[in-house]
Amino acid sequence: MQPWSRIQMAARAARDIPDGWYCNLGIGMPTLIADHIPDGREVVLHSENGILGMGPAPAKGEEDPWLVNAGKQPVTLHPGGSYFHHADSFAMIRGGHIDLCVLGAFEVAANGDIANWATSENDTAPAVGGAMDLAAGAKNLWALMEHTTKDGRPKLVERCGYPLTAMAAVNRVYTNLAVLDVTEAGFAVRDLAPGVTLDHLRSVTAASLRDAREAEAA
Amino acid sequence: MIDKIVRDVATALEDVRDGSTVLVAGFGAAGQPDDLIEGLIEQGARDLTVVCNNAGSGRVGLARLMELGRVRKIVCSFPRSQGSVVFEELYKAGRLELEIVPQGTLAERMRAAGAGIPAFFTPTAAGTQLGRGKEVREFDGKPHVLEMALPGDVALVEAWEADRWGNLTHRRSGRNFNPVMATAAKLTVVQAQHIVELGAIEAERVATPGIFVDRVVHVTRGAPWA
Repeated sequence: MQPWSRIQMAARAARDIPDGWYCNLGIGMPTLIADHIPDGREVVLHSENGILGMGPAPAKGEEDPWLVNAGKQPVTLHPGGSYFHHADSFAMIRGGHIDLCVLGAFEVAANGDIANWATSENDTAPAVGGAMDLAAGAKNLWALMEHTTKDGRPKLVERCGYPLTAMAAVNRVYTNLAVLDVTEAGFAVRDLAPGVTLDHLRSVTAASLRDAREAEAA
Repeated sequence: MIDKIVRDVATALEDVRDGSTVLVAGFGAAGQPDDLIEGLIEQGARDLTVVCNNAGSGRVGLARLMELGRVRKIVCSFPRSQGSVVFEELYKAGRLELEIVPQGTLAERMRAAGAGIPAFFTPTAAGTQLGRGKEVREFDGKPHVLEMALPGDVALVEAWEADRWGNLTHRRSGRNFNPVMATAAKLTVVQAQHIVELGAIEAERVATPGIFVDRVVHVTRGAPWA
């Protein structure tokens, strides 16, 4: 069994982003996707703090403190990029103008519910940032996440146990073991990492799985 | 003649009252009005409600204002970040009220306040902890929560250029909450890195029109510190 690495997961997701899409990549692993957009494909990256056409990190010594991403890291701007204020930025997100948002997640449920901002009902000061707006507003929401927690508990579940970020929002999940669509009938397996069997995937998933691989090939 | 430029930060902030709601722009260090925050520390107003995307870091600026016990409540989207030690301490000790608002709802609540819209429905936070206790209505078969406008008594704004009418430009991603907060407060105070002649900012470049601005003070801060 050869689970995909974080880089491979990001590259796998990047390959599936169509030319011309406007995308917002969440903090953490999703930002790796930016480095793996296939050559010749124009994907416009949006940053919640008011950037469209965001480029990669600058070379050392060329950082511009006025040009940072949602994680407050220095970035660059591609030709054709633009700056705008926060209400416009979130109008893009909340108004359904962003084609795709990719977020990390603690849990994704078979109905597309996502939990990615708080690990306990008792945490009274979790940081939500733009996650709820993105999850509710983007046309497509993909989760990029490990298939299980570090101690082996499933993160794909029937019902989220952690506090929700949004209801019925996720439509695709990329894990280190598989690519799954979230359908009306629950999780549908689109692809498996090399050597991963459906039986194994079922053993580490707390929700029922439908095999949709043949459907894709047909 | 209109001249919104005042001679120093103290003058710009002289009538901020105890109990005020203060909108503080910026996203991390970019576009954050550091000199005005320092000025507010000097000025002495207490019992403040501060609206800001983040809850300060280190022990300077906003964090210092909080540490001095001058902030009763903070309204923000992302209280916990690297170095938000003062927030953690005060919040744990029960000495600070906190209202967490999704970032887009935060921006929209201020946009609404500036546009004369008292409240609006949004799907953001529906069915989550942050939607609890709020009026819910269905539109297109989906639940939406009612969110109230968030007006300020004072907005602290950062600009790159300003003229005497209060027209502003902002630098790159330093724009963020600045133009929105400028619309949402009774008194909008700006710190600008460059004061320019009226007409020197081409009309197409004006990001915050002067109608939203009350006072401008010139600062020569340079780049935001990391």
